[in-house]
Amino acid sequence: MNSIIKRNQREKRFKFYGILAVATAILLLVILLFKIFSTGISAFNQTYIGVKIQIQVNSDISNLDPRRELRRNIRTMFPDVKTRSEKKNLYSLFSNGAYYEFEEMLDNYNGEKIDGYYYFLASDDLDMYFKGTVKRKGNSAGRIQPSQMKYIDMFENMNLIELKYNKYLLGSSDSREPELAGILGAIYGSFYAILIAFITSFPLGILTAIYLEKLASKNRFSDIIETNINNLAAVPSIVFGLLGLAIFLNFFDLPRSASLVGGLTLGLMTLPTIVIASRSAIKSVPPSIEEASIGLGSSKIQTIFNFSLPLAMPGILTGTIIGMARAIGETAPLLMIGMVAFIVDIPSGPMDAATALPVQIYLWQDSPERAFVERTSAAIMVLLLFLFLLNITAVYLRKKLEKKW
Amino acid sequence: MKQYQLLLMIMVMVSMPAHSRDTIRVVGSSTVYPFATVVAENFGRQDNGFKTPIIESTGSGGGLKLFCTGKGPSTPDVTNASRRIKEREVALCAKNGINEIIEHKIGFDGIVIANAKNGPTFELSRKDLYMALAAKVPCGIQDGVTCDNEAKTWKDVNSSLPDIRIEVYGPPPTSGTRDAFAELGLGGGCKMIPWVKKFKKKDKSAWKQLCYTVREDGAYIETGENDNLIIQKLVNNPNAVGVFGFSFLDQNTDSVKGSTVDGIVPTFESIASGDYKVSRSLFFYVKKAHIGSIPGIEEYMAEFMNDNAIGDEGYLLDKGLIPLPQDARLKYQSDSKNLVNLQY
Repeated sequence: MNSIIKRNQREKRFKFYGILAVATAILLLVILLFKIFSTGISAFNQTYIGVKIQIQVNSDISNLDPRRELRRNIRTMFPDVKTRSEKKNLYSLFSNGAYYEFEEMLDNYNGEKIDGYYYFLASDDLDMYFKGTVKRKGNSAGRIQPSQMKYIDMFENMNLIELKYNKYLLGSSDSREPELAGILGAIYGSFYAILIAFITSFPLGILTAIYLEKLASKNRFSDIIETNINNLAAVPSIVFGLLGLAIFLNFFDLPRSASLVGGLTLGLMTLPTIVIASRSAIKSVPPSIEEASIGLGSSKIQTIFNFSLPLAMPGILTGTIIGMARAIGETAPLLMIGMVAFIVDIPSGPMDAATALPVQIYLWQDSPERAFVERTSAAIMVLLLFLFLLNITAVYLRKKLEKKW
Repeated sequence: MKQYQLLLMIMVMVSMPAHSRDTIRVVGSSTVYPFATVVAENFGRQDNGFKTPIIESTGSGGGLKLFCTGKGPSTPDVTNASRRIKEREVALCAKNGINEIIEHKIGFDGIVIANAKNGPTFELSRKDLYMALAAKVPCGIQDGVTCDNEAKTWKDVNSSLPDIRIEVYGPPPTSGTRDAFAELGLGGGCKMIPWVKKFKKKDKSAWKQLCYTVREDGAYIETGENDNLIIQKLVNNPNAVGVFGFSFLDQNTDSVKGSTVDGIVPTFESIASGDYKVSRSLFFYVKKAHIGSIPGIEEYMAEFMNDNAIGDEGYLLDKGLIPLPQDARLKYQSDSKNLVNLQY
């Protein structure tokens, strides 16, 4: 009697421990996500300053220097600004991007009269102050001096400082000015790398799995290969980076930092995962189906390609996508082949130098500028979104292709 | 047949060597990286027909190693360094056929000792730093005797300092910042002890061993090469002290404050004038053989050495670079323009 009560108690305790473990995991995940989202969400908005722009009807703007012209317009709003240092303080509230934006505005000028307030990109220091990341103390806030705060207050009194959607974050490439920095170049780099990794590792992985599972004779040699593949899956990713450096850069003389090399290296890294997943998927295809196929006169290859492989596909795809998801988040192997670098130009193909999303995160979190903190979190959010989409695809494919018998 | 063609195509594609390159490749110091990247970006934005240089942060030593592997498009054109190139590195370069290197000194970087804004105020001397953080320190009254550093609190080191535990977050030995801190901070303090100073002339390597070795009993906590992380830790622990580059102090004046060293506050002006002693020079080195074969190197050098960048009101100052004195700047600018070779 007593022992039954004890046993039941033990069972309850065990269940409780299980719930506790799950709850801890969920709690940690929630804390992580909360921290990332609460820091990162503000990076999707960006501080802009309104400037009164006046251009007469049918002005000849072909000879205007956008930098000088925008500064002239800013100055006319503050007639008191006379000395060089006052001007410098006033202009320092604007980002370099403000001049590019004004240049674009001039390019689109169609001869109509322009008279009104237009908004231009503010500097990262002002952005951090306006978003409240850097707190105001008296008349200064972090890097903002009282001489600059004077103008910020004036703009604020005129209601000319506004938060607008940050088009640079998703629409431009890396920059050392946080307000101009974006992840588009890194997204392209990641895309090319993953594409190359998929093209190389998917067919190789499946062929290896088919050979080992269906065609190879079981002997000592195939045992050794099997053990080695299992061990390869557990090799730290940086080792694959060294391998990539030795093979693709030093031997094949491929260009350093190219996403082609990154993709090949990541492909090597995911290959064992795909082989293992494919083998277990092929193994789980019911032998009765294959035997029936052979019995009806198909050859071994016909059986494999008409029955084993299609039935194993959901498992193979799930394994591949999980492998790809791991590859998308890797930085270490990319370090060895020069993809951890400051690259501004958006890559136009896999042979161009590129970075990848996790590399961009790594580079930004190491930057001194305060405004990169929120951008780092925002980039993490985008990376998480991609991983989430990949996993959803994996689940969807499995559900869609799965056959019941 | 078709499959063979495809295979052949792939093989040709893969074995196609990268014979030419139209983008400048820069490697080297992580301290110079924030400055070099800004120059590269400005260089790329100009309407000069050149691509934006690609900059990798490999550390000073790693950068020079890559730089000295040889000539040709697969090797970098420029390397950044937060210290001067060493004799042994010049020899390595020469061994691999690189005899002509152009040296550029761009400015200074201060190393600050800082703590949380709400923490105690530290007025340190380099001797205090040495006595607090070196692995072995002189002890007893007799000259020439050293023993393990047993200072627990700052007060143990110097009675005018606060009575709190010595807890210093700093970069690991792989970092150039750590090397410079050991050399300028600890080494500088070491020299203030008369017998140790004399000892330097007698046995330089033993002197270095004594003066540059950081204690490993937990007082100095290695925090990785990420200065932002150190600042976060300082904010959470007001009694701790951190060691990092001046540009990070400049960006975080709302949360941390720099300690004085030998009575000098680390500011832009005091580092530029050389009054603040814990500061080092920053360099970049250019492979002369690549000028002409890789487009834009000379223009990139000109952009970096331009007064608009490293001058007294240059845009790099906004990023925390501390400019060279006028005469030194003029010398390096003219050396750069005339492609004067490094003389060691």
